[in-house]
Amino acid sequence: MPDWGLEEHWQSDCNRLPSMSGRSETRSESRFGHARGSKANSSESADVRFEHITKRFGDAYAVADLNLEVHAGEFFSLLGPSGCGKTTSLRMLGGFEEPTEGRVLIGGEDVTDLPPYRRDVNTVFQTYALFPHLDVYQNVAFGLRRQGVDKSEIKRRVGEMLEMVDLPGFDRRQPAQLSGGQQQRVALARALVNQPKLLLLDEPMSALDAKLRRQMQVELKRIQSQVGITFIYVTHDQEEAMTMSDRLAVMWHGKIEGMGTPKDVYDNPTSEFVATFLGASNLLGGKIVRSEDNRTTVLTDSGVEITVPSERVPDLSMTSVKVGVRPEKIDLVPEGSERAPGHNILRGRVRVSTFTGVGNQYIVETESGVEVTVYAQNIGTQFAPRSGDNVVLTWPEEHTFTVRPLVGNIEINELEGD
Amino acid sequence: MEQLVPTDHPGSLNKRRSGGSFAKKIAPYVLSLPAGVWLVLLFIVPLGSMLIMSLETCSPASGACVMTWHWGELPSIVNLYRGQFFTSLYFAALATLFDLIISFPIAYWIAFRGGRRKNFFLLMLLVPFFVSFVIRTIVWEFVLSNNGVVLHTLKHLHLMPQGFHVLGTGVAVVAGLAYNYLPFTALPLYVALERIDQRVLEAAYDLYASKRVGFMKVILPLTVPGIYAAFLLTFIPAFGDYVNQEILGGTANTMIGTVIQNEYTSAGDYAGGASLSLVLLAVSLVGIFLYARVLGSRTIEQYL
Repeated sequence: MPDWGLEEHWQSDCNRLPSMSGRSETRSESRFGHARGSKANSSESADVRFEHITKRFGDAYAVADLNLEVHAGEFFSLLGPSGCGKTTSLRMLGGFEEPTEGRVLIGGEDVTDLPPYRRDVNTVFQTYALFPHLDVYQNVAFGLRRQGVDKSEIKRRVGEMLEMVDLPGFDRRQPAQLSGGQQQRVALARALVNQPKLLLLDEPMSALDAKLRRQMQVELKRIQSQVGITFIYVTHDQEEAMTMSDRLAVMWHGKIEGMGTPKDVYDNPTSEFVATFLGASNLLGGKIVRSEDNRTTVLTDSGVEITVPSERVPDLSMTSVKVGVRPEKIDLVPEGSERAPGHNILRGRVRVSTFTGVGNQYIVETESGVEVTVYAQNIGTQFAPRSGDNVVLTWPEEHTFTVRPLVGNIEINELEGD
Repeated sequence: MEQLVPTDHPGSLNKRRSGGSFAKKIAPYVLSLPAGVWLVLLFIVPLGSMLIMSLETCSPASGACVMTWHWGELPSIVNLYRGQFFTSLYFAALATLFDLIISFPIAYWIAFRGGRRKNFFLLMLLVPFFVSFVIRTIVWEFVLSNNGVVLHTLKHLHLMPQGFHVLGTGVAVVAGLAYNYLPFTALPLYVALERIDQRVLEAAYDLYASKRVGFMKVILPLTVPGIYAAFLLTFIPAFGDYVNQEILGGTANTMIGTVIQNEYTSAGDYAGGASLSLVLLAVSLVGIFLYARVLGSRTIEQYL
């Protein structure tokens, strides 16, 4: 990867801030007749608020009473299966859809009724949507030209931006001559060159192959931390969201099912959908039987008691719950082992043992007939049972979580993401 | 990046297949034979015979033609009917212009607002054109006649002087041409507009283009090949048209199509008719050639 020299470019633009904001002030007044964006806010990036946003298409709810706050400068992901409302939410931010109810605020300003061209927001579209009749230079310069930036300034900024996305010298290429990854970089440059307060990315990597996608993830994250503007990233790829985001929200059926840092949401999912969609989970149905000393005990349907820290129970008044643990948090120990203090245990028999290189995946049938998945890292020192062996599964109480059981079903294709 | 291709991979280079190369080599020619025969019989042969005919001298009395290599026929007859050429050019240009102005909003509306009923709207546009060309033109004659619905009503209401007439004037011819060739303008425009990716338009709005600027900077440039195709498909047949002029026009506004028809049918001057036809053909070929040069030959077949 080349040296982006980005810090410097962006810094130099920041230093020119007074004159620059002067320019955009003139523009906003002359072209649009009112001040746009949060000019009072000296910060380059803007925070975003969704207040009770509902979007209906006919009778169908795409987004239902969504409340969301994204902090300035944050890399925030909206993650969920297709049709969960994430793209609709993004389009309402960009100005391409109008919410049926509620308000959208960017940088404190209510933009609900503003058309896209009056928002200090730029978008990287899923299909890149490069202008097919313009070359790379003209594509990147499009936004600056509309804003009336003068020619030499456009030339400088477009040049810098193409340098930044590693496409120097591509000025005169036509979009059709570029590979998917290159088109994506042009789309990114075309949006970022306008120095928006907020960048929206609508599944920008869905058309790239896996290897290029991983490479772009790293680059995108680096660009974001260097330019420091707010990124809102829509994806159905949970790994992508977890790799890049400062915080993420998991959406399903137009609602946010879980929100927080990737680690929080992964380690302590609060809904069955999140537990299943984000990574894999072993979930056992049961009832809360008692709660004392910050420890809550759940009696599973198969009659085993599982202990959970009370702060990991979203609502202590729920009676029926599902108690869960991530497959990699479980240790397999030989038959006959005793419960260690502060640990939960289950007994069972290994049904399937699969070697995956980095580890072993076991499917263990517990005494009550429930199947539990376990991942063990391949570090060569552990107990490695074979199919048919009786084993004990054990994990620390603090790695246990409880979720409210799902109403309705998760479709298989929703978990595949597409 | 270099990719290693295993030798047994379908993409690997091997020479085993060279055995069947003869059949492979001639296959394209065999497959293109029907189209080739079609082209030779219906295009090259008539073109050649017309060229030959234009160099012959015919006797108006007997109709017999003799090859005399009379190269002077072409410039002299073009000079003779210069006025009719200009009339045709003028009428065809006007009709094309009106068609573009009328069909653009229609095509735009169907392409962008038609939704699921796009095909229905397109069908509605085309239904009148299922009727024969001549009959449609004769109906126009009724509509525009002095006692027809339009003029009679307007005159009855004293909104128009009693002596006013449309039939027999250039206005009637241009109206007829514009009406008859409308689908040839609307359809290529529709195709061009319909293939514009909505997301590209959204990207323009996202990049601070207002609706008007988005139209000027994105929709219009992307429609240019369609506009040019529409122009060719309308202008070329309108230029050589004689039906509209025969039925709706008068003696003062004869078009070149009418002249050619007369040369063949009443004057018996085959050489003159052939020469004039060659000029018409040259005009169309120049138009198509320019299209290919400016907009690329690949885009032609998408619209024509």
